[in-house]
Amino acid sequence: MSLDLTALGDHIARDLSDAVLEQRLDRGELTLTVAGKTLPQVVKFLRDDPQCEFRLLLDICGVDWPKREKRFDVVYHFLSLSRNQRIRLKLSTDAQTPVPSLAHLHPGANWFEREAFDMYGIVFSEHPDLRRILTDYGFEGYPLRKDFPLTGFVELRYDDELKRVVYQPVQLVQEFRDFEFSSPWEGVRHGAPGEPPAGTDRRG
Amino acid sequence: MSDAQAAAPASDNTITINFGPQHPAAHGVLRMVLDLDGEIVTRVDPHIGLLHRGTEKLIEHKTYMQALPYFDRLDYVAPMNQEHAFSLAAEKLLGLEVPKRGQYIRVLYSEIGRILNHLLQVTTQALDVGALTPPLWGFEEREKLMIFYERASGSRLHANYFRTGGVHQDLPAELIADIYSWTDGFPKVLDDLETLLTENRIFKQRNVDIGKITRADAEAWGMSGPMLRSTGVAWDLRRAQPYECYSDFEFQIPTARNGDNYDRYLIRVEEMRQSTKIMRQAIERMPAGPVLADDKKITPPSRGEMKRSMEALIHHFKLFTEGYRVPEGEVYAAVEAPKGEFGVYLVSEGGNKPYRCKIRAPSFAHLQAMDYMCKGHMLADVSAVLGSLDIVFGEIDR
Repeated sequence: MSLDLTALGDHIARDLSDAVLEQRLDRGELTLTVAGKTLPQVVKFLRDDPQCEFRLLLDICGVDWPKREKRFDVVYHFLSLSRNQRIRLKLSTDAQTPVPSLAHLHPGANWFEREAFDMYGIVFSEHPDLRRILTDYGFEGYPLRKDFPLTGFVELRYDDELKRVVYQPVQLVQEFRDFEFSSPWEGVRHGAPGEPPAGTDRRG
Repeated sequence: MSDAQAAAPASDNTITINFGPQHPAAHGVLRMVLDLDGEIVTRVDPHIGLLHRGTEKLIEHKTYMQALPYFDRLDYVAPMNQEHAFSLAAEKLLGLEVPKRGQYIRVLYSEIGRILNHLLQVTTQALDVGALTPPLWGFEEREKLMIFYERASGSRLHANYFRTGGVHQDLPAELIADIYSWTDGFPKVLDDLETLLTENRIFKQRNVDIGKITRADAEAWGMSGPMLRSTGVAWDLRRAQPYECYSDFEFQIPTARNGDNYDRYLIRVEEMRQSTKIMRQAIERMPAGPVLADDKKITPPSRGEMKRSMEALIHHFKLFTEGYRVPEGEVYAAVEAPKGEFGVYLVSEGGNKPYRCKIRAPSFAHLQAMDYMCKGHMLADVSAVLGSLDIVFGEIDR
């Protein structure tokens, strides 16, 4: 008999009271916020506890909130085949503080952590092979950070004289246009409940 | 840059070779650095990202409606299955209900996508191990299916057909009739295809007991889809966590016991038969009615309405300039894509653009097990394992 998500969250919070900072059930999805250092302990518990059995680590990704002091969220998604449940773990970190790697608990974490490192510059401690993964050889910067421009900094082209591909700074023929649609005469509040009132800055 | 070369060779006999990035058996742009001891593979280091287009970054700068076409370009072998995951995620955030007919059309086209994918995978895997005829036969059927895509959406590959709240347009009756008559003949084509491969001595020699994994391996590496099912786990999101209206359909989930390339081939062939069954059921039971949710703040009004109603004209203008606002929150929505679990993690801040959209691609998880699966195999098996993993670089590199 599998526990429902609220009971499951309570069960985990009870056994790991010092590690779980917050639990939230939203739209049928359970999110646990954990302290960075305790992550391996929580993940090991989730994997081995007979009520949980979250053996599949589906995804690891970063989210950037540049206005926060700890600007990155690292988000983990787990799946339990036997319990047919999903769970999400979240922790915050900044660009310096390393997050414990999960590669020794879930070998599949390896590339996902490399991707988070590549895209956001989130550092994982005790990672067996923390290289860049998706970006070009010799790439500089962290492209998914909110302060990285969409157009990037360098572009490459084939140079017919040098007979090779060369990198050069991006030259935009036209200035990059980012349309802001917040309308000054938004009389009727439509669509989203909980949406900030018109005119406030919606961007993080 | 040269970490691969920098790693110390295991012994003096080890040679390092470079496979790709342009190689017909690499199924795209994959570069692999292989360490070989004689002809035995001792280490595989895949270098990915050669097709990285920054999809996730681009989506952060587009409205929800504009973000959808990027999903066709991920796994371009079965485009609509990816669109499906994104639509489900956006609908979950909005709390939007899709009308029944819209759901049935989505299921119908998702299953077409599954057959498109498996036909490509099964036949090119045969090509990787030396058989030329299967792709020729399989691609004929793919061509017919892509014409069904075209007749529904206007394009063969990059369909952009699903919408938040349903699908873009209803299907004409002749198209539905044509799809139905195609499902009559397709099992026969599969039978023919199987005569080329299932008992083929060379095909079996190249695939049986190659790339073997156990259930524990599959779980540790985060595998899903046919990879996981080949180890004996009857796990299919369509059954375990039914999304859309999959609980209305009868179908079986094929599993196997050995977890090798050959089992995965058998599973995929059987899944094509099951998908054909689902398609027939979807057509037989397809209800009448709208195909797009009736929420004018999210779905566009019809042309006719726009000619008569000022309100509709305003809605249309607002939708195609500003887009729709999505309530604050975060969701993860997953579909059983042909390759495995394809998930979209969407974070919204309440604006008209996603704050973050992480794409969880099954191939990404599968490819990283290459090193584990190929160790100890012969060099020639690398391409057989790679073919059996069923990878597409659109979704790995994103």
